[in-house]
Amino acid sequence: MPKFTFNGGIHPYDGKDLSKDKPIKEFLPKGEMVYPLSQHIGAPATPLVGKGDRVLAGQKIGEAGGFVSAPVYATVSGTVKGIEKRRVPAGNMVDSIIVENDGTYEEVDYAPVKPLNELSRDEIISLVKEAGVVGMGGAGFPTHVKLSPKEPEKIDYVIANCAECEPYLTSDYRRMLEEPEKLIAGMKIELMLFPNAKGILAVEDNKPDCINKLRELTEKEPLIEVRALKTKYPQGSERQLIYAVTKRAIDSSRLPADAGCIVNNVDTLVAIRRAVVEGRPLMHRIVTVTGDAVAHPQNFKVRCGTNYNELLEAAGGLKCEPEKIISGGPMMGFALFDLNVPVTKSSSALLCMTKDEVAVYEEGACIRCGRCVEVCPGRVLPAKLADASEHGDAETFLKYNGMECCECGCCSYVCPAKRHLTQSIKSMRKIMLAKKKK
Amino acid sequence: MNGSMNVSSNPHVRSKATTSGIMISVAIALLPAAGFGVYNFGWRALMLLCVCIATCVASEYIYEKCMKKKVTIGDFSAVVTGLLLGMNLPASAPWWIAVIGGMFAIVVVKMLFGGLGQNFMNPALGARCFLLISFTARMTTFTYDGVTGATPLAVLKSGGNVNTYDMVIGRIPGTIGETSVIAIVIGACFLLLSGIIDLRIPASYIITFALFIGIFGGYGFDPYFLTAHLSGGGLMLGAFFMATDYVTSPITPAGKYAFGIILGLLTGIFRIFGGSAEGVSYAIILGNLLVPLIERVTLPKCFGKGGENR
Repeated sequence: MPKFTFNGGIHPYDGKDLSKDKPIKEFLPKGEMVYPLSQHIGAPATPLVGKGDRVLAGQKIGEAGGFVSAPVYATVSGTVKGIEKRRVPAGNMVDSIIVENDGTYEEVDYAPVKPLNELSRDEIISLVKEAGVVGMGGAGFPTHVKLSPKEPEKIDYVIANCAECEPYLTSDYRRMLEEPEKLIAGMKIELMLFPNAKGILAVEDNKPDCINKLRELTEKEPLIEVRALKTKYPQGSERQLIYAVTKRAIDSSRLPADAGCIVNNVDTLVAIRRAVVEGRPLMHRIVTVTGDAVAHPQNFKVRCGTNYNELLEAAGGLKCEPEKIISGGPMMGFALFDLNVPVTKSSSALLCMTKDEVAVYEEGACIRCGRCVEVCPGRVLPAKLADASEHGDAETFLKYNGMECCECGCCSYVCPAKRHLTQSIKSMRKIMLAKKKK
Repeated sequence: MNGSMNVSSNPHVRSKATTSGIMISVAIALLPAAGFGVYNFGWRALMLLCVCIATCVASEYIYEKCMKKKVTIGDFSAVVTGLLLGMNLPASAPWWIAVIGGMFAIVVVKMLFGGLGQNFMNPALGARCFLLISFTARMTTFTYDGVTGATPLAVLKSGGNVNTYDMVIGRIPGTIGETSVIAIVIGACFLLLSGIIDLRIPASYIITFALFIGIFGGYGFDPYFLTAHLSGGGLMLGAFFMATDYVTSPITPAGKYAFGIILGLLTGIFRIFGGSAEGVSYAIILGNLLVPLIERVTLPKCFGKGGENR
């Protein structure tokens, strides 16, 4: 059987052994909770509560600010302390609702939902929308938008992104091992929306236990297939994943739906099931707390809004002084300058590393070795794009397809001259995207 | 610890490969051929190799000091240039030719154009061609076993017979590092296995050249004639160690094949139709000049571009 994969990519040290055998532990936060109104791509949510209001866990505190937006829910009970700008993992300041946690975790009474087989397509999508479900793999794209392509009958593959190609992360892995039936249930709901689609659970082949378990559970499901993908970063990148599964390649100007595919992450599918079957909003996610500076690396079921400081304490704190702390994985995560930020809907990990490899090396001159070209999954010329970016040369940047970069970081990873290729290209892309918007 | 963490853009991990590591590997890979040269031509060859390396490193250091630039001799690229230049000199060359060559390679070909990564032709080959033009007699006198004689390719061109077995082993007159096919291939295998070079340029170069010789050489695909041409004139050294020079070869995957094919054609033309029996050096530096053009026409098709909407 040919291996399902894509061209380019890298094999970095994966560090998953640190936390992969640690079962998911529920973590109950004690301190102040922070709910950024923008935890997704699109318009920020608008607050529904004010200072002094009492809120319950599961209560909607922010209404979606448009179609491409998502509501925000309180995940503990307590009192609203105020609405102010707080720093989020990505590094920017975002309007956030601050809730003083009363420690009782009192929940709202959820409205009962109709049985699954009585729900219409629109009802399912609106349940997902109401629950504030967004892409939990990192991008945070509102899921109901993904589930509403123009022509649903043209979708022939619904793909569950179970690749988890980022080094160190084990949150999806644990979810697949411990609650595979929830993932499969989420997939079945998604299949109800697309009459002609086949469900694919796409797992990297470094997780044979997940593959076996999922195969066992889907044996009697004619519409669902488990597919083992070659382990390679960035296999979980949406367009690379679609290519590996279907051999359909789309560039950045097109959506997965243009290739007849809808792709959702493991945790997102679990959240879809929770929204549609239980009528409950997205409140938790699995976060891997790991890295060689963490005393007891493990996986937590965390309420969104929890402060990273508290979460790190729950993992036994630090066993030695870290040089770098990252929210997310080492390839695409955000470096934090301190831990005083909340867990958001798309935070997959807290990674504390004793050595900052970026700071170890000094940037040198490009020797044109072509390694960046070989590994680029977007099949562009990172070295040339970075040159154009550094010279502010927008024309050359566009001519060499700079907008096709997916910012996966492979080029910076392999560069022997230690050039900050991804960073340069990313900056130029930001400038070009901002120009386009005007 | 709060507020004291390093912050940088993603990715936050880096591979172990470094520029200096690559250069050191290339130098190590050149050692079998260089060592054979010393065994073949004696201590004089070793002296020339050392003079070339020392001159190249010193030129880079002094130039950068004078220009108040950061000293970059730690990347070992000057060592590789020096070693390659030395291997491209005849063992009988006087020491001052090595000094002039080393200075020309580093100062004129490399540093004046902006240093590592900016030179438009291979510094060692640029210098070799400069020396060939400037000191033709001294650069084309090859002594072997105390006897000054023509290189096998020159013998072949004038209709004589050569011993292809000796050519593969390297027991022939020629420049210090180019004679032994076996020693060069051992070094090349090391580079191929460690992933520093791949076969795209050398293979397309050698195959194109062999086809060209077979078609236009006048002897068809006669194994004796082909072996002599493939083993002589530094073709192997050029194909594996100089055509694959990162800086002066295309970075586009298709461009690497195109570059190899162009080198094969040029070498064939120079050897069969040119006045000299050799041609590898000239072919490669001419090919180097074409690299920007090759890259422009061989841009890879980016992922998913041009596909149809479903």
